[in-house]
Amino acid sequence: MEGYISLFVKAVFIENLALSFFLGMCTFIAVSKKISTAMGLGIAVMVVQAITVPANNFVYHALLKEDALAWMGITGVDLSFLALLSCIGIIGALVQILEMVLDKFFPALYFALGIFLPLITVNCAILGGSLFMIERDYNFGESVVYGVGSGFGWALAITVMAGVREKLKYSDIPAGLQGLGITFITAGLMSLGFMAFSGIQL
Amino acid sequence: MSAVVGDELKNAILNEETKKVVVEPLVNNNPITLQVLGICSALAVTSQMSTSLIMALALTLVTAFSSAAISAIRKHIPGSIRIIVQMTIIASLVIVVDQILKAVAYDVSKQLSVFVGLIITNCIVMGRAEGYAMQNPPLESFMDGIGNGAGYSLILVIVAFFRETLGSGKLLGYEVFKLTKDGGWYDPNGLMLLPPSAFFIIGLIIWSLRQWKPEQREAVDFKIMSIAHGEGAQH
Repeated sequence: MEGYISLFVKAVFIENLALSFFLGMCTFIAVSKKISTAMGLGIAVMVVQAITVPANNFVYHALLKEDALAWMGITGVDLSFLALLSCIGIIGALVQILEMVLDKFFPALYFALGIFLPLITVNCAILGGSLFMIERDYNFGESVVYGVGSGFGWALAITVMAGVREKLKYSDIPAGLQGLGITFITAGLMSLGFMAFSGIQL
Repeated sequence: MSAVVGDELKNAILNEETKKVVVEPLVNNNPITLQVLGICSALAVTSQMSTSLIMALALTLVTAFSSAAISAIRKHIPGSIRIIVQMTIIASLVIVVDQILKAVAYDVSKQLSVFVGLIITNCIVMGRAEGYAMQNPPLESFMDGIGNGAGYSLILVIVAFFRETLGSGKLLGYEVFKLTKDGGWYDPNGLMLLPPSAFFIIGLIIWSLRQWKPEQREAVDFKIMSIAHGEGAQH
């Protein structure tokens, strides 16, 4: 249990996907102009991350890993090079299914999150989360915790960023630095803040 | 047959359109500083020059070949499933790159860790496939991929140059500034090796680029009153 809690804290703060691995930066910069949209996207990322990381973990361990096909009586096969293709396929398919399920059963949620879902397939935070899960060899339980934690960390980062940017638009910034430039420098300062967590040993 | 292909290649390389698609993305329409695409890896792999160069090369090749492949079959791809077709082509190319890196340069591939795999979701590759290759013939799409890859590489190399020289006093592993711990004069700036410095450097690159080319500046949402009324605009 303790291991799971420290993995969660690590995924949210110490190894924040957005601010220490720069994943999902394109959407992070593009959709952080308003707090409400940023929060909507953040929640969508968290939900998708919580579903896709365990799903990829399952497929990887059941089909792709070296000797994973032993349950079918096939040994000596190592399909782990297909991990990239299977991860992105699973993410694409699951996002599509999620979109249809939300549309059918939770229309209100669909209207709130729907526009963000297609964006998420190409969000590198999602694929990155799955690839980190494979690289670090998490088991199924850990992958659930890591999925939720890393998604939450990303949501936190983009919401905070949107909060800063909402105030920032009233400030007197040199013309060339307006917009993208100052956004990068703000993200840098936030990332510097998150570096403070890196000294924590768990 | 080969002579015909050769002529076509020469025409494609020499004509105006090709020159435009290769040169434009370098400064005027840079994928990172203007289109805001592909930032993730630009920030993450740049603490060393060697990893950045490999990453830049990998991305340029994947963009060029995926654009060419997608453009070659563009008339046969049904509109509703085009994203998944593009994804499959890109992912297959990335797997090839990943396996080659693991075979040839294992250390670099370990350092790049997941970021080679993340070329799949790198918005530059998808963006060029969707925005250019779907409407244009293969050779032009190939050159467009090279051009955009080069624009990306340019930023990566600049960022890596500052981060590696200031952060560890080296460039491509060779000593540039002698460090104090080896009896030299340069005290390395540890911040340059940490993630935030990449944000700062890209922010500053964007600032200088927009100072140089004012047409790339963004429209402002709010103007300070005194400036709007024309006083205090010049300090």
